[in-house]
Parts: sequence; structure tokens; C-alpha cells
Amino acid sequence: MRLSGGEIDRSQTLRFTFDGRAYTGHPGDTLASALLANDVRLMGRSFKYHRPRGVFSAGSEEPNALVTLRGGARAEPNTRATAVELFEGLEARSQNAWPSLAFDALAVNDLMANFLTAGFYYKTFMWPRAFWERLYEPMIRKAAGLGRLSMAADPDAYDKGFLHCDLLVIGAGAAGLAAALTAARAGAQVILADEDARLGGRLLAESATLDGAPARDWVAGLEAEMASLPNLRLMRRTTVWGLFDHGVYGAVERVADHLPIPGAQVRQTLWRITARRAVLAAGATERHIPFRNNDRPGVMQAGALRAYANRFAVSPAQRVAIFTSQDDGHQTALDLIAKGVEIAAVIDSRAEARAMGEYRLIAGGQVCDSRGRLGLRAVQVRHGGGVEWLSCGALGVAGGWNPNLHLASHQRGRPRWDEAAQAFLPDTLPAGLAVAGAAAGQGETAAVMASGVAAALRALADLGLSGRAPALPITEARSLAGQSLWHVPGKGRAWVDFQNDVTVKDIKLAHQENMRPVEHLKRWTTLGMATDQGKTANVAALAVMAELTGQTIAATRTTIFRPPYTPVALSALGGGDSGAQFRPRRLTPSHAWAAAQGAVFVEVGQWMRAQWFPQPGETHWRHSVDREVLATRKGVGICDVTTLGKVDVQGADAAVFLDRLYANPMASLKVGMVRYGLMLREDGHAYDDGTCARLAEDHYVVTTTTAQAGPVYRHMEFARQCLWPELDVQLISTTEAWAQFAVAGPNARKLLERVVDGFDLSNAAFPFMACAQLTICGGLRARLFRISFSGELAYELAVPARFGAALMARLVAVGADLGATPYGTEALGVMRIEKGHVAGNELNGQTTAQMLGLGRMVSDKKDAIGAVMSRREGLVEEARVLVGLQPVNPGDPVVAGSHLFAQGAQQKTETDEGWITSACHSPHVGSSIGLGFLARGAERLGEVIVAANPLQGQQIALRVVPAHFVDPDGGRLRD
Amino acid sequence: MLIPHPLLGLRDAQEFTCLGDAALLNRPDGLADPQALTDYVYLRDNPAGVHRELWFHEQGDRSWLVVTRNTLTHEILGAELARDVALRAKGAK
Amino acid sequence: MRYSAFRVLKEALTGHKGWRPLWRNPEPKPAYDYVIVGGGGHGLATAYYLARTFKQARIAVLEKGWLGSGNIGRNTTIIRSNYLLPGNEPFYEFSMKLWEGLEQAFNFNAMVSQRGILNLCHTDAQRDAYRRRGNAMLLAGADAELLDTEGVRAMYPFLNFDHARFPIKGGLLQRRAGTARHDGVAWGYARGADLAGVDLIQNCEVTGFRIENGRLRGVETSRGYIGAGKVGVAVAGSTSRVMAQAGMRLPIESHVLQAFVSEGLKPTIDGVITFGAGHFYVSQSDKGGLVFGGDIDGYNSYAQRGNLPVIEDVAEGGMALMPMIGRARLLRIWGGIMDMSMDGSPIIDRTPVAGLYLNAGWCYGGFKATPASGYAFAHLLATDTPHDTARAYRLDRFARGYVIDEKGMGAQPNLH
Repeated sequence: MRLSGGEIDRSQTLRFTFDGRAYTGHPGDTLASALLANDVRLMGRSFKYHRPRGVFSAGSEEPNALVTLRGGARAEPNTRATAVELFEGLEARSQNAWPSLAFDALAVNDLMANFLTAGFYYKTFMWPRAFWERLYEPMIRKAAGLGRLSMAADPDAYDKGFLHCDLLVIGAGAAGLAAALTAARAGAQVILADEDARLGGRLLAESATLDGAPARDWVAGLEAEMASLPNLRLMRRTTVWGLFDHGVYGAVERVADHLPIPGAQVRQTLWRITARRAVLAAGATERHIPFRNNDRPGVMQAGALRAYANRFAVSPAQRVAIFTSQDDGHQTALDLIAKGVEIAAVIDSRAEARAMGEYRLIAGGQVCDSRGRLGLRAVQVRHGGGVEWLSCGALGVAGGWNPNLHLASHQRGRPRWDEAAQAFLPDTLPAGLAVAGAAAGQGETAAVMASGVAAALRALADLGLSGRAPALPITEARSLAGQSLWHVPGKGRAWVDFQNDVTVKDIKLAHQENMRPVEHLKRWTTLGMATDQGKTANVAALAVMAELTGQTIAATRTTIFRPPYTPVALSALGGGDSGAQFRPRRLTPSHAWAAAQGAVFVEVGQWMRAQWFPQPGETHWRHSVDREVLATRKGVGICDVTTLGKVDVQGADAAVFLDRLYANPMASLKVGMVRYGLMLREDGHAYDDGTCARLAEDHYVVTTTTAQAGPVYRHMEFARQCLWPELDVQLISTTEAWAQFAVAGPNARKLLERVVDGFDLSNAAFPFMACAQLTICGGLRARLFRISFSGELAYELAVPARFGAALMARLVAVGADLGATPYGTEALGVMRIEKGHVAGNELNGQTTAQMLGLGRMVSDKKDAIGAVMSRREGLVEEARVLVGLQPVNPGDPVVAGSHLFAQGAQQKTETDEGWITSACHSPHVGSSIGLGFLARGAERLGEVIVAANPLQGQQIALRVVPAHFVDPDGGRLRD
Repeated sequence: MLIPHPLLGLRDAQEFTCLGDAALLNRPDGLADPQALTDYVYLRDNPAGVHRELWFHEQGDRSWLVVTRNTLTHEILGAELARDVALRAKGAK
Repeated sequence: MRYSAFRVLKEALTGHKGWRPLWRNPEPKPAYDYVIVGGGGHGLATAYYLARTFKQARIAVLEKGWLGSGNIGRNTTIIRSNYLLPGNEPFYEFSMKLWEGLEQAFNFNAMVSQRGILNLCHTDAQRDAYRRRGNAMLLAGADAELLDTEGVRAMYPFLNFDHARFPIKGGLLQRRAGTARHDGVAWGYARGADLAGVDLIQNCEVTGFRIENGRLRGVETSRGYIGAGKVGVAVAGSTSRVMAQAGMRLPIESHVLQAFVSEGLKPTIDGVITFGAGHFYVSQSDKGGLVFGGDIDGYNSYAQRGNLPVIEDVAEGGMALMPMIGRARLLRIWGGIMDMSMDGSPIIDRTPVAGLYLNAGWCYGGFKATPASGYAFAHLLATDTPHDTARAYRLDRFARGYVIDEKGMGAQPNLH
């Protein structure tokens, strides 16, 4: 029901629906307050017993009032009604109830509660075994879970950003405001963040005045000053949810969650805030007192009742009772009375309690039961040796306050129990973090503000800034005395963790079954594992366990809170539906040209490479690839190979350096020549291959495979800086600086002769494995390497990257009569398999030089990385070597990933003799061919073996052949 | 995490790639004792506490750093260029 | 006490008075024939099989904290045997077979659930590698299926098929893989071991080894000296620390792996799915939370917590693969310390100290190995010979060059 006053804007009315029924509220309402204003108390069902549940809190700690907000692809399950700002057209639905919230079939679980105690599922559902996946588990899964995902991609946009500050203040209540003001006035760069849309925190929930006026006036004055300070960034609707190393905080700003749709804005922004110092002023969460049937809609935190009355101008009922062990509970009664709510009684567990106003006080009493199926109707009070039923529509429970020190334990600092404060307080704090206000166990507003100021002054001093304590407002003194009451003993079920339905009985059972350490208690009962991470449950549970074991709470200890403070949308962390923007796309210099030719592209790491170039009439990719291969082998083909890594190596010791880096000698390479190079890892396995071109005595250009360009460069820098810093050598990656094209085929020389500027390409002047720097196309500087990956007469021509596309177009144009044909990665792959060159499938990090048939390249005359380890017994004894494979029946496929067996051998792990690494259809051979590693393969040429691919039901007879299907003597390369 | 780069100041650890124990600076001569190289490649002190380790400023100036960091708390006690550390070690030999 | 539906019924009707402690809290005895250091999954399983299968007695498990507080208490619960190499696959398949009868054997519902694991591939080369792996699995007696894009779509239509940066080209499916309730596994083994007479001693930290003439005599602990015939160490995450007390340096680094769970949701994802073009894997627990993870943070750590970049990286991977999870919320992040070995594979072996045995190096794959690891370690402890499926897990394989490198990353633990 709606009360007078409050922080709502009655001039505007907002329409919204809950479970399809239309209601109205006002700006300033949360969904929860608006529902209460409309006399809706039932908002959800509990996880296990499907008990009817209503709102319990007025903040983000809410365990009960979870709804699915919005519809369609924007549906957002498990949303706390208490933290949703009302907006026009808001649509919310209850969840975990069928067919309706009021009549939920699974509420039958509640009748069976005696069978469903803590851990019952560990003791049954085991027979018959097959029934678990078929019957029991599907049944459990269906019943479990809370809300439902829409199953549609998130349509909203998200952003991420970095912020830096001197001081981050987390929480804009009394302590946080005081801290931020102190630091900002001193000139520090300050960020003040609060999860709420409004500044003020608990100040807005209280009737207490500041400087004799409503607290909101003081907050408003502060807000105006803060808005004028350029060094202060106010971040409303921003939850600081995680504390990470070295002062990095994760925060989510809910930019547009209070709007019907985000429109042009992002929905949320993930901020990574780097703060030199931080003050945690996150306030405190009120704890309840478990008693029998204490979970009915209408039973809530007394402080929440007060917040609803003072800030939101609502009460869940006209007649309300208070159950307290604290003076603070009485304040709720006073505030409600002031708003015209009838107080049935204040039941104070302390015998010596005194009334603070005009209401019925039951001192030394305890609430021990309640009634009301879908909402509280009455509570049973035990006092003076008897019991009494009191009718009331709501019960406020005040059991004391737990400091919100979650962030302080994100680095696994375990809070310590403070007997005087009757609360867990931070023990060791993360570097740079201070705690202030209620989060530090302070209660009185004056003390809360003073602790905020003190924390800010300490931070300023640390930062070398001087600050002054600001004048603080005059506050009203309030008594916060209390005496902890952890639960009301008695029969029946008394809820400790509302959402997960953990009761005092469950804790007793855990104790009985020796699940006593807090971590066992938590895991056995699921205590604190609900969406609120036990914010309202854990301390009470520990206290009950302590009572059972006879230990102190301090000795029982607590579990620690993990990030995030409150749950964070995966979209916010992952940047929304990034789709094709998930990772950058690196484009080759000829990409646009190839796209214009209709090329099909393929992902190669982050690169997009042309896979083949379909021509009119080609209906299958094989048509295109076969044509490209044959055209290259017959005329000349051109392929963009820019993606291969390139590293420029210069310096007087460049030769020595490369000699140590490559397994084979590089220092002996003559200027103007290229050598194939094999790099090993230090553990002796093959790492990467490429070419080394010596452009000058002190200048090499080396290439790496596309996939390993980054790691190999890192490895080279490691060798240069960490292993041999005394060498005079410099490295730079030039992969993107040079566009590089393979020009391959019998007409390659003729084609290149048409673009070089008078450079002698004759075999005598520029033989196989030669390299040179030259100019082409009338003065364009270029590098030419006579190397071949295809087995043909071939060159690689490099020009500055910005000329790459033009060069590609020029080569194809001037070579038209020579049959110049662009080819893609498929044809490249086919030709390298036909020639028996190894690539990523063979250089997979598990193979050795010996396996690759390159064992003799590993020099034993020098110390090179990996050479020694490559001579270990296990690597030397490895019998599998690279062979070529050809089907006995030419129509049969050769399938990569098949395992190789001797004919007639039983096929199992122990008889496995190798596998097929690469396979393709070879237009040159006219059948499928493959490369593979086969045990003692070199001795088995001509033997027929079996390629087993049981995964796809294939058994193919293959003949072992040399791993060169074209031009085995290499004559074409050297022509 | 933030890495105090000796040339560039505090940099986000995301800019770096971590390799591991800085003992990898002390590569034995490969022609000498295979056992020494085996230990170098495979064995680690792996302390729970102060650890000297190699980080590569891959998205930055591409220098290798020796960062001294506590593996229990992640507190960073210092960083210097690996090259300087390596040269010093070689000078000491 | 035997657990059964009947028992649950009976207790429910008689006020739950009859439930007995899952295990005793015994005082340590002066000496045991076998001392297992580490009351995590592997240590508890070792004790269980030593007592139950190998019929040994006088066994203690020493745990510095609470039972199951190791990585079995903080993982993403996946069980699978989809390995490539002959050193690994038979071992993990043995483990899978043990999982399949585990609950009935130790009379505890650990919720072993064979809902399948699907490893997605996004390139032809990846598919070739999965084909090789799937065939290796079949040849070792495991199950495997290779799916094409349509096969994947039929299973999980909500994956990003239409606007992906790295299109889904298929996947390797192991239907017998799945998940198990991780704490339940620890408790099942603990209860089973306790019933077989094993002393499970909590809050008992090993602070040193007493070694005389190269032979182990016992362990110093926070609760006094305990003599031992044989000591088996199974303390993943802390292996280097513990073994340093015996003077050993190991081919292991400790790294932090973060794991994540969302708020509870109605059933959405049936089995386990792994993304092949980013660091992300996911399953949904019976309780409804999406349980997911990605790569290790990449730096040495004993801190049991990680940092923001990996959290974002994992979420980015998840959003790229299944953008429909965007409006689900991350509920909790935690971190475990992994024994990252130098080749990515574990060690189950004797050590140079007579009487001291080591079970270590599980990287982030230790949970699925729990049954076979315990069995094989018990076999080694009881018979002094390695179990058939664990012969490759020797400590000297690094020096001799018989590494088991599934990923082909070499001697760099943070890449495995």
C-alpha cells in the first residue's frame, strides 16, 4: 500500500505488468516497491521446495523476489525486483513456478520436504544405474534452475573501457560521500561509484535528519558541489564487483537498464578501474533471525521495511509487527508509525528492552511461527511462558548488521569475527584498500561519516596530497545496541538461506553427519550458493553450527566471498554478441583484389586468405583447385604468401645468432643465397621451418610459418635479449611491411622478366636458392627469392606492402598470355603435398627433425637451440618417419587423421604404426595422395599398408611411396 | 595486474606474455653436459613466494623483463630488463 | 551404513535420527603402513583403492585443511577420455570405465552423468587433428564420433552458426563423457575409505619428511610425527612445496586456473561443449548453473585467484560461440592451483627416495582422472609396479625424452 512522502515522483505515472497483469507506479520506484504499492506480496518461489516468496530486502542482496525482466531476446532471468528501477512499459514475469505463481505444481516438494533434506540426493538415485541419465537426472534438471534464457542472441550493445584514478570510493552512502568529498576537495582524481541510481545509500532510507533537515537535502547539496568538481567522476548505477591485483577493479555501469530499450546507447559498460587507493564504503546488510516458517511473503528485514516506508512510500501491509534483538528494530516501528502504519507489536528478544514510542512492546519474546499460505497473516509469539498469535501482514526482522566486506575478501583475505561488534570485520586488506562506514562495522551516522573522512585523509597522505576534514552535518543520535539472537529454537523448519531452502534442521543434519567445517557445511547443504552468495544467510548459519559444535564463531570461521559482488551479465564481460567481430581480421595486401575476382576466403589464424578463385562454370571447389594446380604446373601461378612471418635480422653477429637459433648451419650461407632452415625447441622437437636469406654480410631476412610468426619472433627476441645479449644483432618483425607473392611454374621466369628492371634472371645469374634486392616496374624496390614450395621453378617476390595489390594485378595482367593464374591456399596445399613439403600438420609440435626426414640437418658441430635434447633416447628411438601414401585402388580416398597399420594386423593402440598428416586429391597423380608418419617408413617403400579410419568406417589399402609425388629429383626447381 | 616496466612505467599485464622462471636466462652451453641442459629445460623451483620470472612486452616495446613477483600474493617487487640481468650474469662469470 | 532410497525413506519417517557421520574424525596413530599426503580427490581415491581393491590396511590420509579442499573442490567437473596419445588414452579410458561403476561401488551418488562432450572444430586442419584423435580413442576402446556442421547444429541449434568469426565446421563427440558432482566424488571416496578402515585426518599438514639413508621413515606433521612404511604424495597445486621438503625439484609449475558459474537457469545445455577458436568450455550443472572456464592465467601462482583479462577472454569466447547466454549472469568466479607439468601429462611414479611415491602434474585435467589416478597410485604403492595404463607417467621421461605432449607445446607449462 502506498504511504505519504518518499522519494517518488507522483507527478508521473508509469505502467508496468507482472505476470501479465497491469499495474502502475512512479519514477523513483523499484519494481519491488511498485508491486508492494499495488499490494502484491507474492513475487517468487524458492529453489527447492517451491515455497511462496515475497520481497525480503530493499537492495541487491535480495534472495527471494527474483523475476524474469523484459521479454523476447531481452528477457533477463533471475533479476532482483528490488534493484530494478521502474520504467514505462516494464514487463516482468515470475519464474520457477508452474502453472502459475499462486498455484505451483512443484510446491508438492514442500510436502515431501522431509525426504529432501540436505544431501539426500547423494544417498539415492543410484539404482538401476542407467536410470540416472534417463530418468532421475532429467527430472532433477527440469525441476532445478530458476529463470529461463530466451535462447536468442542478446540484441543490445555493450562497451568496455579503462579508467584511472587516485581514489576509488565504492558506495555513495554517508561514508562514501564523506570520503569522496574529502578527497575531491583536496584535488585528488576521485571516482565515486554506487550501484544505486541515487546518491545517499541508507541515508535515503532513514527518517533521521542531517543539520535538522531531511538527509536528502544534504545529499542534494553535496551532489551539486560534486557535479562542479572536474576531478570527481560520479558513477551512478555502477557496481564495483571485483577487486583484482594491483588496484584494478572491475565495475559494470548499467547505462540503459532503467530505460525501456537502450536506443542508441549501450546497455552496460564494463569498466576496468585502476585506482591508486580505494575506500570500500559498501554499507552493511541486515541479518534476519530464523524461526519456524520465517519465509512467508511479508517477512522481511526491518531495515528494508523502513527503506520502503521512508524512500519508496510503501508498506507491504497496514498492520506490521517487528521482531528484533536490537534497538534498531524499534526505529523501524517509529518510522512506520510516523507514516501511518499500524504496529501490531515490537517483539524484542531482550527481556530488558524498553519501548521507544507508542507501540506495544513484547520484551523477552520471540516469534516462533507464522501463518499465511501466499502471504503472512499472523505470527506466533512466545513470551512470558505462553504463546500468542498476532495478526499482521508483514513482519520486520532486525538481527543486527553484517558489514559488506565482500570486495575486501576477493584476494582471499578471510574476515575475522569481532565479538564486540558481533560481526565479521576485515582482517588483512588488499593493498591500497581501506574500509569505512558500516562496511567497517560503524553504526552511528556521525561515526560512519567520520570514518569515511579518516579513510580519505589516510589515502591522501599515502598519495602525497594534503586534505582537510570537511565540516560534517549535525546528525541525530540513535541507539544501536543489540544482542545477537541467531535463531529461535523449536520444531519445524526455520529458514537460514531462503533461496536455496536451507533450514536450521539442515545445518543440524550436517553436524550430525560430520559435515562440520564451514566449507563442508556450505557444500553439503548448498548454503550460500544461491544467486545472493549467502549475503543474508551465511553468518546465521555459522552461528548455528558454532552453537552445535560448542565452538566460538571465531573458531568456526567463515567461507570467503568470491567475485562478483553481485552477478554480472555475461554480455557485459564478453562485450555483447560480437559475432564476426570476435577477433580482428587481418587482410593480405591483395585481399580487395582477390575479393573482386570472386575469391573464396578462409580463416588462417587471424588472417583471411584466398582459398581458391572460382571461375565461371566451376560448380565444385575441386574444379577450381585442380585448375589452379594444373595451370601453375603448366604455366605460372601466383599466390599471396604475405602471411608467412618475416623477421629482419641485422648486425655484425647476425650470422652467429642465426647459427645458434637454427638446427642447421646458417653462418656459412653465402651473401645472395637462401637456405631452408629448421628451428627446434629447446626440448629437441621441431618448432618451425622457413627460409633464411642473406642479403648482406650483416643482414638476413628469415621467414616463419604463418601460424608461428608471433611465437617465433618472441622466441628470437628471447634468444637475443636473454640468452646472448652480448651479440651485436637487432631484430624486427616485417611481416606486415612486405607484401610477398609466390610466382611458380615453368613460365615463372618469363613472367618476372616482364616486371623486373633489367635484372638478369637467367639460371646462371640467379640460380635456385638465390636472393637479391632489386627494383621492378620502373623503380619499385623489391626483394626476390628463388625458392619453391610447389616443386616448380618458382620465386617469391616482395614489395612494400602498399604496392602488394597493384603488383598482384600487374603480374596477372602482364602474364595473361603465359597462363598467369592466381591460386589460393588449397592449391598451395595440394602442390606442397605433391612435393612432399611439410607444413603445420607435420610440424605440430610433437614431431622431430628425424621424423620429418631432416635429422641430418641437425648439426652436432655447434651449440644450437634444441640440438642436445634432440639426441635423447626417446627421440632417437622414435621410428616413425615421413612417407608418401597412395591408394592401391586409385578411386579410394586418402583421409588425414587415419591411423596406419600393417596389413592383417589387429587394429589397436599397441599395433598403431603411424597416422596420415595431410591428404588431398592430386591432379598431377590423378588420385588421392597423402603424407604421413609411418614406423620404419623409409624401409617400407612399396609395401601396402592399411589406413584405418574407424571413426568413419574406412579401411583403405595404401602403398608406401617416397614423399615426392612430383619431380623427385628436383630438376624443375633448378632449371 | 600492472607490471612496472623499467623504461615505460606501469603497464597493464595484458600487454605482456609470461614465459616463466627467470632461471631460463642461465642456459648451459649445449655442447657441455646434457644433464645440465635437461635440468635447465625441465626442472623448476616453483616457489610459493618470491619468484623471478620472464615477461615479454609483446604488445609494447618487445623487451623481455625479469619481474620479481610473489606467487602467493601477486605483489610485484621490481622489474628490470632481462638483457641487463643476463649481461650482468655473463660479466660475473 | 548403506545409502539407499529405502534408507532415505526410513530416516525421513523417523526424524533423521539414524544418519551416521560420513566419516570418523580419528586421532593420528603413531605409525601406518601407508600414509597418503593430501585428502583431495586423488589422495582419497588412492586410499580407497588401497584398502578396498588391494586389501591393504593401516592406511592414513593426511589433509592440511578439510577433506576435498584440493582441486576436487574447485573444478568444472568434466569427465572424458578423449585423448590422442598412447601414453594417455588407455589411462583415461580406464578412468572412464571406473567412473561408470563408481557410484554403485562406493555407494554414494556422485551424479556421474554421461551427457557427452563435444569439441568443436573450425578449420580443416583442426578437423584432421580431431579425426586422428577420435580414431586413437576408438582404437583404445573408447567411443568417439565425428560430426559435421549439420550434426552439430542438430545437437546444439543455439550455437553461433550464422555470423561467426570462425565458423563451426564440425566436432568430435564423446557420448560417454560428461560431468560428475565434484564434491560428491570426494565424499564418496572418503566415506568408502573410512568404512574400509582408513584414517582420514583433517587439519594435519605435513611439514617435513624423515629420511634416513635414502629411505623414508615417516612424516613430520602439524599434529606430530607419524611413522610410515610408504608415503604417497598427492597434493596437486602444492606438489613442488611438499616435495621440496624431500629435496626434490620437479618438472612442475603452479598456475592459477579460473572457473566460473552463472546463476541457476532452466536446462539449456545438455552436455559439455568446447570452443575450438577461443578459450571457452561450458556445461550446465544439475542445479542449473552454467559452469564454464577457459585458459589458465599464464603466470605462476599459488594465490587461488586470477585476474580480469582472463575473465573477459572467457566471456568473449562464450559470447562468440553462443550469444544467447549474454543475459545470463556470472554468479561466482574461483581459482584453483594447477600442477602444470612440463609436457602437460601427469606423473605417477616412485621417487629417488625409497618409500616415497609421487602422484602429480595433472595440469587442469586431474578431476576426470581421479578414479584411475587413485587406482594406479594404489597399485604402485601396493605392488611397487606401475599399473598397465600408467606406465608412461614416469618421472624420468623428461630426461630420457619420452614426453607425452598432447598439445605439442614443449617444455612450457603455461602453454599446455
